[in-house]
Amino acid sequence: MLESEACENTNYNPLIVAFCCNWCSYAGADGAGTARKSYPANIKIIKVPCSCRVNPLFVLRAFLRGADGVILCGCHPGDCHYTSGNYYTRRRMKLLMSTLSYLGIEDGRMRVEWVSAAEGNKFSETMNSFAETIKSLGENVKLRDLRCKK
Amino acid sequence: MQVNEKEQAAEIVRRSGTDISKCMQCGKCTAACPAGYKMDIQPHRVVWELINEHVDVLQKAVTPWKCLSCFACAERCPRGVSPAALIESVRLSIIRQQGENCITVEEIPAYIDEKMPQQAIVAAFRKYNK
Amino acid sequence: MQKIGVFVCWCGSNIAATVDVAKVIESVKAIPDVAFASDYRYMCSEGGQDLMQNAIREHGLTRVVVCACSPRMHEATFRKAAEAAGLNPFLLEIANIREQCSWVHKDKEVGTEKAIALAKAAIAKVRFNSPLQAGQSEVVKRALVIGGGIAGIQTALDIAEAGYKVDLVEKKPSIGGRMSQLDKTFPTLDCSACILTPKMVDVAAHPNVTIYTYSEIEKVSGYVGQFEVDIRKRARSVKADLCTGCGVCQDKCPSKKTPNEFNQGLDNRSAIYITFAQAVPKVPVIDREHCLKFQTGKCGICEKVCPSKAIDYTQEDEIITQKYGAIVLATGFETIDLTKFGEYQYGKSKDVITSLEFERLTNAAGPTEGHLQRMSDGKQPKHIVFVSCVGSRDVSGRGKEYCSKICCMYTAKQAMLTREKYPDTDVTVFYIDVRTPGKGFDEFYRRAVEEYNVHYIKGQVGKILEQGDHLLVYASDALSNSHISLEADMVVLATAIQPSQDAKKLATMLTASIDNNNFFTEAHAKLRPVESPTAGVFLSGVCQGPKDVPETVSQAGAAAVKVLGILSKDTLATNPCVASCNERICSGCLACENVCPYGAIGGEEKTVINLNGKREQRVVSVVNEALCQGCGACTVACPCGAMDLNGFSNKQITAEVDAIC
Repeated sequence: MLESEACENTNYNPLIVAFCCNWCSYAGADGAGTARKSYPANIKIIKVPCSCRVNPLFVLRAFLRGADGVILCGCHPGDCHYTSGNYYTRRRMKLLMSTLSYLGIEDGRMRVEWVSAAEGNKFSETMNSFAETIKSLGENVKLRDLRCKK
Repeated sequence: MQVNEKEQAAEIVRRSGTDISKCMQCGKCTAACPAGYKMDIQPHRVVWELINEHVDVLQKAVTPWKCLSCFACAERCPRGVSPAALIESVRLSIIRQQGENCITVEEIPAYIDEKMPQQAIVAAFRKYNK
Repeated sequence: MQKIGVFVCWCGSNIAATVDVAKVIESVKAIPDVAFASDYRYMCSEGGQDLMQNAIREHGLTRVVVCACSPRMHEATFRKAAEAAGLNPFLLEIANIREQCSWVHKDKEVGTEKAIALAKAAIAKVRFNSPLQAGQSEVVKRALVIGGGIAGIQTALDIAEAGYKVDLVEKKPSIGGRMSQLDKTFPTLDCSACILTPKMVDVAAHPNVTIYTYSEIEKVSGYVGQFEVDIRKRARSVKADLCTGCGVCQDKCPSKKTPNEFNQGLDNRSAIYITFAQAVPKVPVIDREHCLKFQTGKCGICEKVCPSKAIDYTQEDEIITQKYGAIVLATGFETIDLTKFGEYQYGKSKDVITSLEFERLTNAAGPTEGHLQRMSDGKQPKHIVFVSCVGSRDVSGRGKEYCSKICCMYTAKQAMLTREKYPDTDVTVFYIDVRTPGKGFDEFYRRAVEEYNVHYIKGQVGKILEQGDHLLVYASDALSNSHISLEADMVVLATAIQPSQDAKKLATMLTASIDNNNFFTEAHAKLRPVESPTAGVFLSGVCQGPKDVPETVSQAGAAAVKVLGILSKDTLATNPCVASCNERICSGCLACENVCPYGAIGGEEKTVINLNGKREQRVVSVVNEALCQGCGACTVACPCGAMDLNGFSNKQITAEVDAIC
């Protein structure tokens, strides 16, 4: 889609990628489904074994390809299935976020949340609020590389 | 403007800011109410009447004028419902229908006691001027 | 070129109502490499699996994508089916179009669009899947049961009976748990001790069971089949092998002012004590915090009076390290703290007690030898008020939002027994709902009302005041819309139950997940109710959710069967989704070694062919596949991209990102 078209499009539907760890957040997303707690359909989930599997490059890749927001969900600190994976995530993503802000990407386009397997409600609430944030931020134009779409 | 009982009930509940669907009619509000023995409709029953959209019976009852707005009911409720807020909202619906204000704005500062809940003060103005 | 088969499940109307299945098929067929696409009403059924297997054989499919429910549900089912048709099971991927699509979106157009996007992502990923072979790991033929209540005892007994070794770890000085505190059990009114103590003796005498009481779990490492656990055996200060359990020491102990935990603090015990008469093992412990010898250095009476010279003040905590194939959590419950419920005067008035305290008061082995009397003046109460749902079904933040499940029935039991033993005592029960689902449960409750004239009032108690020597109870009668006050001699609070405080600590140690109320989460609410999401860790009893004795015993048996399923195997297939290092790129910096939580990575000097095609000798990372659990922390830490994760490779995830964006 051309940028000019996007600006004219009043029904702006942001594209959001959610990385979810297999043990907590992916199960939490399943819980949201089982409880029929809805969230916007433009959020697409990618399963990873642990939030620490998410290479910052995946996040940058998503932004490069035109994602408007990226959210990374893992187990609560202390509850990681792999004992300490989410601590790595926390540190890595903190660094990534400062890089993003250095690149001029708004705070809030990238978010890290802890959602346990039992928190279906929280999953859907988090997704709804993240989608709202991204909607208010508008389209990601700074990092998007239109050549990717060719 | 003529509104039906259903809309009126919805308005009373909306104004109170309390979620009546959470109520499971345990009656703990009634048990906690220090003025309950003077009421014709007990606090838990007020919630029940509103769930069933019975506004007339509430507006005709003495309950709205006996409630002390002490919030013991809201404090004890296991479900986070506030019958006091609902009763206050019923009171307001009576007063608004009558088109009356029982006190002028200028008179208010003289009555204010800082320790009292704000809603209790406002509620008292309405009750004791009636 | 790949030949990808895509199968879209309707899941009856679960998916088909929100996702236009035909349209999904049409879209995926247009994707290059998709050689076959079909839909089926229930892919997981035999018919669906046959469809997939036939397609794999007939069309020579090299990759399969199933668009269906969550992989947590049926990934294993479909992978098994694919394997049976000759395809490596790891060449199959699931697109979750039920839990993460049709169930959370209402609009059919939107749902269809998302289902297509998810299918495309899965297809993009599966192209890069590589065939993986599961390795084998040995199973240690020994189980660990944590918690020595009825749940733990039953699980341990069932495993032991099947011929395997079990270690039972209990934090308290004796096994028996909550059930040992109860008087009678509903709905049969069996005496709790009469049915529990034989089991306690059985488990203690069983040659396959080792009991560690007064012990706690210190550290857990390893994985299913190969857990390594450190058990801290706290110093009892009494030599268990010499002690005969005569009890002289506790009789002579001068420090007798410690609240007796077993009697819920209704009376006091000595500093050296045997928890209760039927304790197993019947060996006292010295509570060092209250022992004069330990606190002041002067005393030592127990040592002098002990006829078998069993007292040993120098004993120290012992760490026992043991390997296990499987672990069962049976940590049980406790009642909630009532300090936030000031209106009931609990803790202020001695005559307001919890139902667990009431159990002790009516128990023949309790502080009053079973005579129901007021703790304030020792008089027999003439009017008792029972209050149900104290802290249960409470979303105000003071209590627990869930129903504690057992209170309705034990309240009916306590009310009934009071009326039977003391017919001149009036009994009033305040309830919100009386919940009696269970065999013989409603009949039991009705008996309390009809035969024993227990007065049930739908309403709650709002305030209790002490007035003279009795209690003034302000309550409501919700059905008659009235406000009532009545005098009572005793009030019994059916207090909400919560998981034991240790649950959270254990959850972290075992990486077993817990919910917001600290109950352990089961792997699947309906189909895997006794398994935790962590392989090899099972759940038994109230630590998973409120339940009564028969339910606990059934779950304990179920957990035992699951354990036996593991112990009966010599080896288990390991997860092949482990890290692997591309030695040609690896620089040997060993950043991966530092982040690995399992110590699965190490540096090794090897001869490798570098990127220029030259042979060279240098240090590279080597992954121990038996230890690697596949978290992927190393893949991100690796600065040169040599480390990758099978099943979730950089290429696979990038392909998914590209397909979505």
